Amino acid sequence: MSSDTTAVRYAGIDIGSRTIKLVVVDSSGKILERFQSDTGFDPMTTANALIAKVSFDKIMATGYGRNLFELSFDAPTVTEIKAHARGAWTEFPDARTVLDIGGQDSKAISLFDTGKVKKFEMNDRCAAGTGKFLEIMAATLGFELAEFGAQALAAEKDLLISSMCTVFAESEVTSLIARGEDRKEIARGLHTSVIRRAAGMINRVSSDGPIVFTGGVAKNPCMVQLLAGRLDREIRIPSDPQLAGAYGAALLAAEARA
Amino acid sequence: MTTDYTSMWQELGLDLAGHDALLNVLGTAYTDIYLSQKNRPEGMGYFDFVMSEVHGLRIKELMDEKAAGRKIIGSYCVFVPEEIVLAANATLVGLCSGADFAMEKVEQLLPRNTCALIKSSFGFKIGKVCPYLESADMIVGENTCDGKKKAYETLGTLVDNLYVMDLPQTKTDQTRDLLKAEYMKFKTAVEELTGVAVTPESLKSAIDVVNAKRAAIHRLSALRKADPAPISGLDALLANQVFFYDNPARFTESVNKICDELETRIQEKTGAFPAGAPRILVSGCPQAVPNWKLHMIVETAGAVIVGEESCVGERGTRNLTADTGTTVDEMMDAIVDRYFQVDCAIFTPNPQRLDHIQEMVTAYNAQGVIHYGLQFCQPYLMESIPVEKALEEKNIPCLRVETDYGMEDAGQLKTRVEAFIEQLR
Ligand code: SF4
Ligand code: SF4
Repeated sequence: MSSDTTAVRYAGIDIGSRTIKLVVVDSSGKILERFQSDTGFDPMTTANALIAKVSFDKIMATGYGRNLFELSFDAPTVTEIKAHARGAWTEFPDARTVLDIGGQDSKAISLFDTGKVKKFEMNDRCAAGTGKFLEIMAATLGFELAEFGAQALAAEKDLLISSMCTVFAESEVTSLIARGEDRKEIARGLHTSVIRRAAGMINRVSSDGPIVFTGGVAKNPCMVQLLAGRLDREIRIPSDPQLAGAYGAALLAAEARA
Repeated sequence: MTTDYTSMWQELGLDLAGHDALLNVLGTAYTDIYLSQKNRPEGMGYFDFVMSEVHGLRIKELMDEKAAGRKIIGSYCVFVPEEIVLAANATLVGLCSGADFAMEKVEQLLPRNTCALIKSSFGFKIGKVCPYLESADMIVGENTCDGKKKAYETLGTLVDNLYVMDLPQTKTDQTRDLLKAEYMKFKTAVEELTGVAVTPESLKSAIDVVNAKRAAIHRLSALRKADPAPISGLDALLANQVFFYDNPARFTESVNKICDELETRIQEKTGAFPAGAPRILVSGCPQAVPNWKLHMIVETAGAVIVGEESCVGERGTRNLTADTGTTVDEMMDAIVDRYFQVDCAIFTPNPQRLDHIQEMVTAYNAQGVIHYGLQFCQPYLMESIPVEKALEEKNIPCLRVETDYGMEDAGQLKTRVEAFIEQLR
């Protein structure tokens, strides 16, 4: 693919389970363009439609759909872990810890001062503690996903949710609703249980310093506040937390130019 | 398979339909995982042949041995001494199975949350698909992890030839005596089965045969120290798996032949992977045939596995039995001393294993360790955390993996393994 200007353009595409993100940077790493779209049922068609919107010279793919993309486009790939680490570290160069909670995975990453991955933890196969978990719980409680966090934040107390399994938690929530408990408090309890799990993961990779919180769930104000409170560490949110992986991939595409 | 072995399988009482299904899966997996590898040593042709005949020719050989009056003994653990079995004129085959089979029926006998290894051994029995199991005149169970020792109580109701051996869980003079007593008892049981008494001569020659087999594997392992690695981890794992059921003399000869070839490859700098490929040590639970999952994921992601700290690997094969004794009792002592060094995670404490992992990292020039734990395996999963800590203190990256034989987590595992390899580059 050729560019319409003389400057070289590097793209990063993050094919996630919920959304596909695309970022284009110039050789200095400045973001030129950004796009986002729901993944839908056919990730490659969505990815195609996104990349048709931009021109670039090189592209790097990340996210759970990266291998599919690699096959269709013969593009190099990088894992979400390295991509998020790079995106987060570039925006906050003093960061040594990254928490990414995406649609179906959550991960905690610690970094060397060069931005390289030092250690990481990732959730196992189920959806516990991921964006998907919150999404399903919001639906069960009848909240729009966008207002879920704000509503939880408005609650006066936590209602303890004992199960992290999406299926069990859902029936727990249903019975709490039936008992007439406050929806906001239930919401707050659900947020707390996700944070407990995220904090556990972070503590296994690092014990101090600021944390960069990336992924769609970082847009949820209740998550951010609870995390900060629980760990007593500074939380930093990228300008667009959902784009961190695509941005990292674009930067890595630029680095791989040689 | 060229020859039709159906009647032999029928005589063994196998469930032919289930067995066909198993062979099919095995054949496809082997083609996809093994035959698709690039730059394989020619000598691997031998193992390809062995695998293609794993339920055919090798079983035919065992049946011929039986017809000639020899007994077949099946075992699930490296603590069952092959020396004793051979010296009493029997053949030892490893039974541990590495694939899910008849799981719905297994879960009527075992809790769902049992490790895949134990479940698989039951599945192969209940599904009647393992000719080794069906041809065995004696099956040896051993009291190692809690899962296994309790499972044998149930297995005993499914087979009429189970012999259970007790094992210590600590390493002291007293428990060494216990192991010796158990091995003496086992010797008697095998002698009774075969009707052949172990003599100093037969035991001496059995020790030689097994030592030679181990020495060949040591030679193969040592060659994996080279960069570029002359052989893939997958291929070396296969050699370690075939160790458990091939004819010992033929195995020794074939492995030595491959080693000759690998030495040439090293001189010519021909690698299974390019020079400088990230080098990984795998440590943890045994990987029985056809469990090639982790090795496949790692090596298709571009790193090379240079060693297995595992019972199917160096933990199982590392030490030779001293050939110092002249009487049966002295030789039995040498055997006990050799096996007593196996650093299985069922022992407490078990510091030797940690030392061994670190030694292997250095010896094989590995940049990182993947700790392989089967889901619900308490001993190895428990040890994985101190292992990870100790390695990280020495700046050796470690990835703890917890998985089973299913492929549902393959995508997630692949991401973690790839990220780990990125970390090493
Ligand atoms: S891990 Fe322990 S119980 Fe299992 S085969 Fe090895 S020595 Fe035996
Ligand atoms: S030691 Fe672990 S893997 Fe081996 S049988 Fe016991 S529980 Fe299973």
